[in-house]
Amino acid sequence: MTKYIENFKKFQPLLYELVARDVKIKYRRSVLGVLWTLLNPLLMMAILSVVFSNLFRFEIENYSLYLLAGQILFNFYNESTSGAMTAILGNASLIKKVYIPKYLFVVSRIASSSINVLSSFCALILVMLFTRTELHFTMFLVVIPLFYIVVFSLGVGLILAALTVKFRDIIHLYGVFMTALMYLTPIIYPIEMLPGWVKTIVRLNPLTGILDIFRDVVIYNTVPSAAQFMVSFVIVCFMLLLGLWVFYRQQDEFILNL
Amino acid sequence: MSDIIIKADHVSMRFNLASEKVDNMKEYFIRRLKRKVNTDDEFWALQDVSFQVEKGESVALIGLNGCGKSTMLKTIAGVLKPTAGKVTVNGSIAPMIELGAGFDMDLTARENVYLNGAILGYNKEQMRIYYDDIVEFSELTDFMDVPVKNFSSGMLARLAFSIATIGKPDILIVDEVLSVGDFRFQEKCEKRIHGMMKEDTTILFVSHSIAQVKKICKRAIWLEKGHIREDGASEEVGSRFERAYYAGELE
Repeated sequence: MTKYIENFKKFQPLLYELVARDVKIKYRRSVLGVLWTLLNPLLMMAILSVVFSNLFRFEIENYSLYLLAGQILFNFYNESTSGAMTAILGNASLIKKVYIPKYLFVVSRIASSSINVLSSFCALILVMLFTRTELHFTMFLVVIPLFYIVVFSLGVGLILAALTVKFRDIIHLYGVFMTALMYLTPIIYPIEMLPGWVKTIVRLNPLTGILDIFRDVVIYNTVPSAAQFMVSFVIVCFMLLLGLWVFYRQQDEFILNL
Repeated sequence: MSDIIIKADHVSMRFNLASEKVDNMKEYFIRRLKRKVNTDDEFWALQDVSFQVEKGESVALIGLNGCGKSTMLKTIAGVLKPTAGKVTVNGSIAPMIELGAGFDMDLTARENVYLNGAILGYNKEQMRIYYDDIVEFSELTDFMDVPVKNFSSGMLARLAFSIATIGKPDILIVDEVLSVGDFRFQEKCEKRIHGMMKEDTTILFVSHSIAQVKKICKRAIWLEKGHIREDGASEEVGSRFERAYYAGELE
């Protein structure tokens, strides 16, 4: 165990450099640069709330906030896991030549997406201020659902990264899967409007639980029950352990398939 | 002074040529269904290779293409895990297995210096100290803010060599690196390698130029088809290798 921690410490500067690289390259040659992480969710929300408050009407108060909260979490999940999926493949040239703990590449992709989710969260607060929504003290609890979603994405990302090295098909499959997952997460609609069996499926989606907690503390000024926290916590931990297990079992074979 | 820094203990490396081609699910499941075991598609890049390198030694690996030199270096660098046997390394390694492996083409030379430094395990403060030295040695002062995709291969090689040789690595791995760059820069590199050897850095050197091997290394290991054919002073082994080559003994 100490060996792992020492190894991690040695490569911590590398993690920093990798994250910096991701961020730099993403916004290189764009005029507004990092400001886009703030603008993007705002513009998306503007479009979606115009579409959904005129075309399809859901009886939700503060619909734009409801939508934006869902968007932020789901986009983070989408971006970070899709990024993590190609983390090993994309760094093949490095992995083939130098010894680097390979999970570092996955962690760096998740970390750079986490920077995005933080600034998107600032966008959410801006909207709340702008629409004169009350900010509540429960807001401080937001670190918990954010932490959950980051760890959950890390677990999923590790599995995807390991499997994608062996089966490139996953890259194509995952895009389709994400579209399905988007409709199975209550982002644009309230979960109550669903018919019985669909509701069950949506409830089983781990993202739903985390998103509920997120909305509760940010928008609705309610503290979710301990059971809610526990259920999500267990799922998240399970995902991380599963991810680590799959990744460590596969990682020595990466180089043969790159 | 008999600290053993690298110890290769009966190292064998097998590549399964057939299973490596499987990178989509269809093929995988077909293979699964057929329960195909292709033993005839195996390729042993290394077979039962054992040697030891002491601290401060300079060792060259020579042999024809495909004899297992690069595979050997990769197992030492920790990139490949041997199928059988064990490689023990006591110390830090500065790998130059291929030049510019750690370069991100979209980043500038300056950013790449820090990125590569981090790959070698140096933090930002340490890199700041080495930075001027790297720029000076690579003679790229005017180009540090240019994205490296605009660099020529010679410039890339100079930058990569300058970064890899900073600090005091215990082991320096040089794989076909000195064949790039002009004559003057090659000389400069050799000088630097000699300087590092004086400071007790162990050198592992791969080159097809026997003259260079004789010049830089004291010891040479001749690999042939994954086996060690000879291990001894670079002068003798190198000469015998050349003789065997010209006699047409090597296929």
